[in-house]
Amino acid sequence: MFIQQLINGLTLGGVYALIALGYTMVYGILELINFAHGEIYMLGAYLGIIFLAFFTTVGLTAYSLPLAMILTFVLSVIFCSAYGFTIEKIAYKPLRNAPRLSPLISAIGVSIFLQNYVMLTQGATDKIFPNLFEKAGIEFIGARVTYTQIFIIAASAVLMLSLNLFITKTRMGKAMRAVAQDKVMASLVGINIDTVISATFIIGSALAAVAGLMVAIYYGLVNYSIGYIAGIKAFTAAVLGGIGSIPGAMFGGVLLGLVESFSAAYISSEYKDAYAFIILIIILFIKPSGLFGKSQEEKV
Amino acid sequence: MNTVEHKIQNTSPPPPHPLPQGEGDSFDIPSPSRGEGEGGGGSLNLFLRPLFIALWLALLFLPFRGLKAAVILFIILFAAVSLLKAFKNYAGKIKGGLNGDSDHYFINILRIAVEIYGRCPYLEKLPESKARSTVFILLMSVIVLTLPFYGHDYLIDIAVLSGIYIILAQGLNIVVGFTGLLNLGFAAFYAIGAYSYALLNTKLGLGFWASLPLSLMLVTLSGFILAIPALRLRGDYLAIVTLGFGEIVRLVLNNWDSFTKGPNGIGGIGPPHIFGMRISGIGQFYYFVLIFALLAVFVIRRVAASRIGRAWIAIREDEIASSSIGINTTAYKLYSFAFGAFWAGLAGVLFAAKMQFVSPESFTFMESVLVLCMVILGGLGSIPGVILGSIILVMLPEMLREVQLYRMLALGSGLVLLMIFRPQGLMGGKGVSFRG
Repeated sequence: MFIQQLINGLTLGGVYALIALGYTMVYGILELINFAHGEIYMLGAYLGIIFLAFFTTVGLTAYSLPLAMILTFVLSVIFCSAYGFTIEKIAYKPLRNAPRLSPLISAIGVSIFLQNYVMLTQGATDKIFPNLFEKAGIEFIGARVTYTQIFIIAASAVLMLSLNLFITKTRMGKAMRAVAQDKVMASLVGINIDTVISATFIIGSALAAVAGLMVAIYYGLVNYSIGYIAGIKAFTAAVLGGIGSIPGAMFGGVLLGLVESFSAAYISSEYKDAYAFIILIIILFIKPSGLFGKSQEEKV
Repeated sequence: MNTVEHKIQNTSPPPPHPLPQGEGDSFDIPSPSRGEGEGGGGSLNLFLRPLFIALWLALLFLPFRGLKAAVILFIILFAAVSLLKAFKNYAGKIKGGLNGDSDHYFINILRIAVEIYGRCPYLEKLPESKARSTVFILLMSVIVLTLPFYGHDYLIDIAVLSGIYIILAQGLNIVVGFTGLLNLGFAAFYAIGAYSYALLNTKLGLGFWASLPLSLMLVTLSGFILAIPALRLRGDYLAIVTLGFGEIVRLVLNNWDSFTKGPNGIGGIGPPHIFGMRISGIGQFYYFVLIFALLAVFVIRRVAASRIGRAWIAIREDEIASSSIGINTTAYKLYSFAFGAFWAGLAGVLFAAKMQFVSPESFTFMESVLVLCMVILGGLGSIPGVILGSIILVMLPEMLREVQLYRMLALGSGLVLLMIFRPQGLMGGKGVSFRG
């Protein structure tokens, strides 16, 4: 039971962490809670189903399933990144110098728009992800671990590690950190702020797309409203780890996944969705800067 | 600080955006330096740029509805963007280029549109005339007071709903508009008000007038309880905590089956009585709600003009400055939350009394967003504006019944457009800065 919940929690946590990274990166740079980020995750799940259905009708899935899956992943990621990029250009860029709550409300608007956009084009009923992977798995100290779970845990770990490398080692990663620290100074030393912001949205959206696709495979069901609740939970994870901190988001995501899976198993599963909010309120009450965050003094 | 940043961004060369796909290369909204350079840039630019924008958006749409729909969307978008662009060029020639300080394409278009077509003499004469405004107020009062005599039942029903939303939105206006604290879980207070009346009435058999003070006390108390953790937080964190509070309340109402009957909701709630007279007809209920709505507007107006109200506005404008002149910011924020919650509770009680049925479905996050939209559309901190905003957002969906499916799509994009073009709302803008 314990090991089983641990594995379930890690799977869920990996997904939360991937979404949380998008929140934390955008917050680190723009100080904006990107409400629409959860919807990007939802778009990723839908796009996965759409592309896979397309490849199945074309006959590619029958020819080679791995190739079809890889193409589905790649295409969903590209499209979600394009969505993230476009949303930033349309809804956030014009508000960059506006009072802080204007972009937040704009983001809520984008989120409502995307939810209904998907509902209208894809229907309000649940979409089923084709059951391509047998539910097989391995026995592991009394727990059953499916291959999908192993895949999700491994993929999120790899993605997080490569993101960390990207942020610490590459030129663009350095530029991102510089912009997060001080926009004006960064632009004075020749960093193009707009490029960095676009890159942030593209990377964050790509991670969310992967998370959405993996969840679609894992649960086999997708609905247009999954983005909202997953987004809030991932945001909780980001706050838990200290918003703006990338290792914090990873840690917070995994921690939240574990807490949710254990409390659903040992306390009550009816309030599954409420735990995230309760944790969020407690964290913000005790240590608003999160576990890894630095507290900031407000400047006059 | 902001202006420095602004200038630096303006002088930096246009960014070569990294793009996931090649053909979207030109899809960025031009910064002024670029826009100016291309300003009269010939017919090629007039054609290519809209083409790219339309192509990019249609491409994004492609997987969701297939090729045919994407092509149709492309044609519509291409036509729309070209028209906008052509209009901008045309207006630019008349005006001798863009002379505003705004660095945004669409804002410039809008400004020029207002300059060319907005100089309507009729509009300029309308306000600032005391006699006219008295006539206007008298006319409005007559229309409002006599509505049940000539109105269709359906219309009166919508008017009752508007009245309830006016009270609710005025409550949120206190928190968001006057004090500048964004509350994304306001529906929670509305829910607590509605459920306390429902439960007191159906479980304990208490009447409307006995339940009302109890419900309001409960709601105000919950406002205090939420405010205590929330007030330690800055703008957007506060928004998220209030959102979490709203969700927790809804989840509890939804899952506590033995007490709240869960998703089935509570039915058979008794209507109010006045002097032994049962208020159940829609016309009677209209006057009943009208009295409460007028009371809410009157009281909130008075409080907003008082010392407390001025302290709220001071906190909204600059929290540090107001605490340095001796305003106890924590206490006043607490009052603001509790006072806002009070009116939400009243709206909830009236809602339960009108519907005679409550269920968690009426108190979702969307409800909170809808009320927030009323406040923002009307204008933060503007009492007449928020009344207008509430009426518009209650009436509009009723009028748009045929295109109901697209309602939320319009609400979402409307919020974005409102924030870009008119963040102060319809009637706001008297120095409301709306900070975090």
